[in-house]
Amino acid sequence: MTPPTPNHALEIIELNKAFGGLRVTQNISLKILQGERRLIIGPNGAGKTTLFNQISGDMRPNSGTIKLFGTDVTALAPYRRAHLGLSRTYQIITLFTADTLEHNVTLGLLGLRPSRWQMWRPLSFYRDLASEARRTLDTVGLLHLADHPVSEIAYGEKRRVELAMALAQKPRVLLLDEPLAGLSNSERTTVKSLIASIPRQTTVIMIEHDMDTALDLAETVTLLNYGRVIVDGERNAVIADERTREVYLGD
Amino acid sequence: MQFWIIQGLNSLSLGGLLFLLSSGFSLIFGLMRLANLTHGAFFMLGTYFAAIAMRTYTDLNIWVTALGAGLVVAAIGGLFERLVLTRLKTNPLGQVLVTLGMSFIISDACLVLWGGDSIPVPTPRYLQAPTRLFGFVFPTYRLVLVGCAVAAAIALYLLMERTRLGAMIRAGVDDRQMARAVGIPVSNLFTIVFCLGAGIAGAGGVLGGPILSAYPGLDADMLPLALIVVILGGIGSLMGAFIGSFIIGFVYTFGTALFPELAYIILFLPMIFVIAFRPQGLFGRVGA
Amino acid sequence: MKWFAGALFAASLLSLPLFAGDFYINLASQILIAAIFALSLNLLVGFGGMTSLGHASYLGVAAYFSALLTSRYGFGHGAAALISIAGTIAMAAFFGTIALRATGLGFLMITLALSQVLWGLAYRMSNVTNGDNGIAGLTRPAPFGISLDSAPAFYWFALIVASFAFLMMAIFVSSSFGSSLKGVRDQPRRMAALGFNPWMIRWITFIYAGFWGGVSGLLFVYYNKYIHPTSLSITSSAEALLGVIAGGTGTLGGPVVGATLVLLLKNYASAYIERWNMLLGLVFLFIVLVMPTGIVPGLNKFASLFRK
Repeated sequence: MTPPTPNHALEIIELNKAFGGLRVTQNISLKILQGERRLIIGPNGAGKTTLFNQISGDMRPNSGTIKLFGTDVTALAPYRRAHLGLSRTYQIITLFTADTLEHNVTLGLLGLRPSRWQMWRPLSFYRDLASEARRTLDTVGLLHLADHPVSEIAYGEKRRVELAMALAQKPRVLLLDEPLAGLSNSERTTVKSLIASIPRQTTVIMIEHDMDTALDLAETVTLLNYGRVIVDGERNAVIADERTREVYLGD
Repeated sequence: MQFWIIQGLNSLSLGGLLFLLSSGFSLIFGLMRLANLTHGAFFMLGTYFAAIAMRTYTDLNIWVTALGAGLVVAAIGGLFERLVLTRLKTNPLGQVLVTLGMSFIISDACLVLWGGDSIPVPTPRYLQAPTRLFGFVFPTYRLVLVGCAVAAAIALYLLMERTRLGAMIRAGVDDRQMARAVGIPVSNLFTIVFCLGAGIAGAGGVLGGPILSAYPGLDADMLPLALIVVILGGIGSLMGAFIGSFIIGFVYTFGTALFPELAYIILFLPMIFVIAFRPQGLFGRVGA
Repeated sequence: MKWFAGALFAASLLSLPLFAGDFYINLASQILIAAIFALSLNLLVGFGGMTSLGHASYLGVAAYFSALLTSRYGFGHGAAALISIAGTIAMAAFFGTIALRATGLGFLMITLALSQVLWGLAYRMSNVTNGDNGIAGLTRPAPFGISLDSAPAFYWFALIVASFAFLMMAIFVSSSFGSSLKGVRDQPRRMAALGFNPWMIRWITFIYAGFWGGVSGLLFVYYNKYIHPTSLSITSSAEALLGVIAGGTGTLGGPVVGATLVLLLKNYASAYIERWNMLLGLVFLFIVLVMPTGIVPGLNKFASLFRK
């Protein structure tokens, strides 16, 4: 029984990026299947966020290819990749602080809709957007804060809003850049269960600096160091691998 | 043939003048990330200084005048920087707007003090006799102006590359935060650079006097040229300002000579070209 | 309460010519024109986060086009207006592609340089634009045969146009496009990741702002029956920018208040002080140093103190 060659959700082929003499991405190749839960780990400066930036299009690689469900996106602008089903969150909070939570998520919803070009009707006329935004906020447990400006909510809640914005678009591939950073224990549990409940149609790729926190969410793990893939495979295999210990204990 | 040679020399002298004008602008933008819209007015102040001083004291040496103007304009610039610009550290847009406001104040002040007529600046007597080179006759002063620009370029180069101050400035241009972290007194550096930039502009105004004369509106004529030179040559790059000045000098001189009505469009073509294909300018390190 | 105040305001605007003399009616017309111009600039500055020092280009281009087409080439006002606006839009589209290669200060410098080029052209191409003499002896249009030569008639015309402009821009700002514009202003990277095309959004806004700038330019040349290169100068752009910043960029009312202030200052100050430019410069310094967010937000804060 040979299944048809699966279209990998994300395929990275020999990606290279250097800043002057500093090589931040060295010949990285990765294949991520649809529905996978992949964790990318590595010490500070390993090039994890740089990798994400190239996947999302914020940064252009010097050479190599990036494919999203078989489509070569290497030369595409970030907004085009969003339309192909890519979504991401950032290490730093990049929300619209003066606006309400509902407005933030509404923008998330608007990004892929043709109505975003409408100049002749007030946004408030789009009732369906508002109700869907509130529904999304409800799934992350923030409906009660929907009308509060982002500047007034707690850090952990902001992280959940980021997640809500990314999930609102029902992405095919979701990049989470250190989603648990700076969270208290209880906030961490909440966010982890949210991530765990993301539907299988969405492939989740997560960066975490701290191995232990996110390990239980991962099925496969990629270890990066100095811009290179050191180990790549099933979670338990990677944990047991010698090289992993070297990277984390050898420093 | 005579036409081309004369225009060629005019181009070189305009280029030299533009370098004196825009080197300060480029330095200020490079280090302070400030588009100093007062720069044209600083230049004009120098020209008026020369015009008035030399009208009153007919035997005044132009070099001394340039030095004097440079110091006076540097002082004005320094006061402005300390009293106004430092209060707007967190408001870069505001900084640009106050430099615009300052340029209005200076230009109107010149109008009030010295009237609306153009005041010539005499060419130094010992440079009035034309020079004979390769069988052609050149106005000596224009040749001297080119020499001044080259001398200024060399002096600035030595300052930036061979002195401690220059090293600090370069560090500040490359990475302001880092420079601060390493203990470089960045805000003092800002004042010094602003004074330096303003002073060079003022001195340049004096030296440009014999060619341009002092007139209201000189600042508005010069500022866009400085902008175009810096956009073309790249921000923060002295080499860029140097090369850019001469390119614009040639483009503008020949453009005005050959197609007088379209001179401004011709100026604008290299700028569009650069912005379209190489927004950081020919030698720029800091992106616009 | 708000409705009543609004209605009262609208009523007084409409009925102004009935109780004020020509001087004040004309002043009000000028304020309306300046308000449209300031609002158009604020689309860029306040809502788009793109500070332009070259907005006078659009006012000037539309004005010159109209002036030349009607006085020299025998076009009727209707056709001239259409062509002028079309020309202004085309120019905005072209300038936008150049200026939007940069953001922030680079954008500012490019808009400044571009508008100076236009000013230089207006000044030097004397056989076309009449250079420093400007173009005089122009006429006002007569829509549906109604003459606009009297102060009240022109005022009501300007009021209709200004009300329409204000309404359109208010809708624009609260529309989904307007929200995406504000989003791009605040977090461009995030917006791109969400699927918005930041460049296109900025470019379209640039053109729309140029369009309304052109509309104000037409009203300007109709009102003055004269156009001069000064209208394209840095001073003209700077006055508008000052008005927008002084009034407060984040709102729709701010630019109107600011433009009114600048105009009144200009008209009254010039009776006492010859040096308008110097005053403008000093006011710039004062506003930026003392009231950076502008008057309207300041007043809002003041009012909310009372509400508590």
